[in-house]
Amino acid sequence: MAASDFDTIVLWLVILAGGVGTFALRASFVALFGRLDDVPPRVERALRFVPAAVLSALLVPELVFADGGLALSPANPKLLAGAVAAAVAWRTEDILATLVAGMGALWLVTFALG
Amino acid sequence: MSSPRSDFRAGVRVVAPILLGVIPFGMVAGAAAVGVGIPAAQAVAMSVVIFAGASQLAAIELVGRGAPALVVVATVLVVNLRHVMYSASIAPHFARLSARWKAGLSYLLTDQAYAISLMRFEREPETSRRWYYLGVAFPLWLTWQAATVVGVLVGARVPEGWHLEFAVPLVFLAVLVPAVTDRATGAAALVGGATAIAANGLPYNIGLVTAAVVGIAAGMVAESALGTGEEREVS
Repeated sequence: MAASDFDTIVLWLVILAGGVGTFALRASFVALFGRLDDVPPRVERALRFVPAAVLSALLVPELVFADGGLALSPANPKLLAGAVAAAVAWRTEDILATLVAGMGALWLVTFALG
Repeated sequence: MSSPRSDFRAGVRVVAPILLGVIPFGMVAGAAAVGVGIPAAQAVAMSVVIFAGASQLAAIELVGRGAPALVVVATVLVVNLRHVMYSASIAPHFARLSARWKAGLSYLLTDQAYAISLMRFEREPETSRRWYYLGVAFPLWLTWQAATVVGVLVGARVPEGWHLEFAVPLVFLAVLVPAVTDRATGAAALVGGATAIAANGLPYNIGLVTAAVVGIAAGMVAESALGTGEEREVS
């Protein structure tokens, strides 16, 4: 696999733009404080849902798509491994424990289906 | 008594156990980047310049799929929108610092640095804001960079049969679960995930941005309809 369509310059520009933009988000209110009273309540309400919505949108397609199609059956080892990892994440709220449980479950299932 | 040095040390002590969780996350970011063919220099640069794990993983995945550059940048910014909330909430504590300090501390702002520092600031008004925060945020930064470099070095040698790429969604999952604190955030997660499936075929890989927006809207609607159930600050 290669970073197919990305030539070096474009990739550098993407990294730079992503970094400058992220810095602007982080600095926004720290820099403006005193000049702007507070976050508008509507914005604050919306921001509360960003982590849940974004992370779920990143995660779910990774679990349910396999070989270019929807794979909602037990034959898709990522579903089961994801369920195990979710249970561990729920209990421990620990990234390392979740990683170990999820990778372990995936290896076990792919080995068993072998 | 409270001194810059003791406050810095106090921050380091609190963050130390959390660094253990940052190591695998950073290694995954480094390994995933070289996994999709991003050169080592740019893989490390992502960690230094962007310094935000979940958004880096999202960007890496889109680069691997050959998404347009604009979509990659937009995705990074959407994933990092939550930092506006952190910025707003921590701003009063940094209000008296110089512009240079504000810039430096803003660069180091992460989920963990925000959550740990704010808790301490609210409980102990005597604490030196900048030094305690640096004690938390700088070790996080250093660990993230080192772990990425290790991931870049190791990642290229991992056999495909190990399915190391699955570590990426697992990290998203590990961060998602604690973010679901009530029914409204649960609705945002459910609708965001379902929309991501439905929108998977959209051109230019704009499915993620679409799903995020729809999920956020669903959370707001659910909050109006159901109430939050419990009051809890987002951490």
